[in-house]
Amino acid sequence: MDSKTVAYIIKRIILAIVTIWVVMTVTFFVMHFVPGGPFTSEKAVSPSVQAAMEAKYGLDKPLIQQYGTYMKDVVTKFDFGPSLKQKGRMVVDIIGDGLKTSVKLGLIAAVWGTIVGIVLGAIAALKRNSVIDRIIMVISTAFISMPGYIVGSLLLLIFAVNLRWLPANGTTAKGLILPIITLGLSPMANFVRLTRSSMLDVLGQDYIRTARAKGVSNTKIIFGHALKNALIPDITYFGPMLAYIVTGSLVVEQIFSVPGIGRAFVSSIINRDYTMVMGTTIVLAVLIVVMTLISDILYKVVDPRIDFS
Amino acid sequence: MSMFNSKKPFSLQVNMDNFLPATAEEKAYMVQMRPSTTFFKDGMKRLLKNKVATVSMIVIIIIALAAIFIPIFWPYAYENQLGNQPGKPVDNSYANLRPFEYGSTEQRLIDEGEKIFPHVFGTDAAGRDYFIRIVYGTRISLAVGFFASIIVLIIGFVIGAISGYFGGKVDMVIMRIVDVFYSLPDMLMIILLASVIRNPLQAALEGTSLEKLGSNMISLFIVFGVLYWVSMARQIRGQILALKEQEYVLASRTAGAKGKWIIMKHLFPNCIGIIVVYTALQIPSAIFTESYLSFLGLGVNAPMPSLGSLTSDALNGINSYGYRLVIPAIVISLIVLSLNLFGDGLRDAFDPKLNS
Repeated sequence: MDSKTVAYIIKRIILAIVTIWVVMTVTFFVMHFVPGGPFTSEKAVSPSVQAAMEAKYGLDKPLIQQYGTYMKDVVTKFDFGPSLKQKGRMVVDIIGDGLKTSVKLGLIAAVWGTIVGIVLGAIAALKRNSVIDRIIMVISTAFISMPGYIVGSLLLLIFAVNLRWLPANGTTAKGLILPIITLGLSPMANFVRLTRSSMLDVLGQDYIRTARAKGVSNTKIIFGHALKNALIPDITYFGPMLAYIVTGSLVVEQIFSVPGIGRAFVSSIINRDYTMVMGTTIVLAVLIVVMTLISDILYKVVDPRIDFS
Repeated sequence: MSMFNSKKPFSLQVNMDNFLPATAEEKAYMVQMRPSTTFFKDGMKRLLKNKVATVSMIVIIIIALAAIFIPIFWPYAYENQLGNQPGKPVDNSYANLRPFEYGSTEQRLIDEGEKIFPHVFGTDAAGRDYFIRIVYGTRISLAVGFFASIIVLIIGFVIGAISGYFGGKVDMVIMRIVDVFYSLPDMLMIILLASVIRNPLQAALEGTSLEKLGSNMISLFIVFGVLYWVSMARQIRGQILALKEQEYVLASRTAGAKGKWIIMKHLFPNCIGIIVVYTALQIPSAIFTESYLSFLGLGVNAPMPSLGSLTSDALNGINSYGYRLVIPAIVISLIVLSLNLFGDGLRDAFDPKLNS
């Protein structure tokens, strides 16, 4: 790694830290100014929670001191305080429970979306302008344009209500099939387009022609030369993909009643469980920012030709 | 024809041949082969050549006209619960009608000779005409997309222009802020802001003319304005940075022009291409976000429909009334898809540099 790469990585890490700090600060102060929020002494909150909040953050202390306590607890202990609505539970425990299901859901969706997307994209590029290429491109354009909640609702209607092949409820393992398909479709479509265009780009390069001239077999050209280089731009999509999956899971878990963090987040918004909203926002934001950071750095390390300035 | 006498190359005597009237052949050179074109005309020509973009444009225009004009003459209103008239007991025969089906009360009225306008898409569980709710939801989605994009455009242009024009420290500070905004997880921030500002906003709006619009709608605009200006600002800044080095700007400055004049008279008109393209590309993403928030229950206030909230309402009756889900799903997909394709066509036509 040359010094320019190192400088870039350091710059990106600083930016990520600043972003996370901004998210935490904005969340804290936004919550502070909400009437009936967790830091006001109104009756919206049950007395026991109120007492816990009082003991934890000292609600009569100056704002800046409460902010300090909150930030310190979050950074050092992952402590987001007690839930305002679920009695006796800590926000971090609820998030932990939800994450178990959601991470499983999101990971499987990401993996299938990536693999199928790359394979279909490569096929489309190799069979350029054929019927197969056209079909793949039309389908991927459709899935990019359709909002995730529409895709999920329609899949629910077709496969759970009309055909009755799969359960509509996402509490069982079989019930997770539809949510996983829904979440993976948009990443798949994006990977198809990315892979197709970069593959076409690579196939037109001189070294591919040289390899062909040398008599290298077609399989070897595709797997040894073309695909390897065509996959590099795909790395840039890993960050946005995670962001999509996180926000997509909010609606998907709602549609299929999956007991994950997305559903917990949405119901905490509706119930005005503000500490829970804060905690979940911060956890999900950190996840997205860190994943984007990793995918950006990876891209730079894998392909040092890329100049970000 | 040469200026000098070719026979006597060193003679300073003026060659009188140069002053003869032009022949017809020579005049033919000056005839305009093609009428001169403006940037706008040229772009429109390129846009209309693009079939996909043209079809998308027609689809959008049809949808927009329908959303604007149908509510004017349609006999039902979006919030009107047909079976629920003041002073009378609730008539359940109006609820959950299938497309073109009449309820028992309506059937009786028809038998008595009265004319009843058919429910093209049936009615919903509260006895409201579903067709007009879809049309109204479309209207709201388009309006939110359009106005949110305008807000984004204004904020983005002002900040981008300041940053690009002044450069130096101002530019650096603004660009670092833009970097942070850019890496914020936008959807999460939008949900957070939308969920917390609507209650205080509701209280603040009480009694004002904006109350009818609904606190959720206004909070949507605020949220869009706060978060989505960054990419517009980046584009504008890049354009201004390139433009301000041009000679005509220097000439204007030499003639004594000041910052505001240069920005508005020289830089702004040359940014219009990029502004139109990026505003057009912003609209589908704003519509997308609005419908997503409405689906989660954070969008427009009930009973106002939005395509997102209609979809989420339809999930409750999905076992018997699947079409109620399919209709808004098709409409929103059509809107977002054609706006995206149209925006891409617009970009290719008006911003050839970005055509990669």
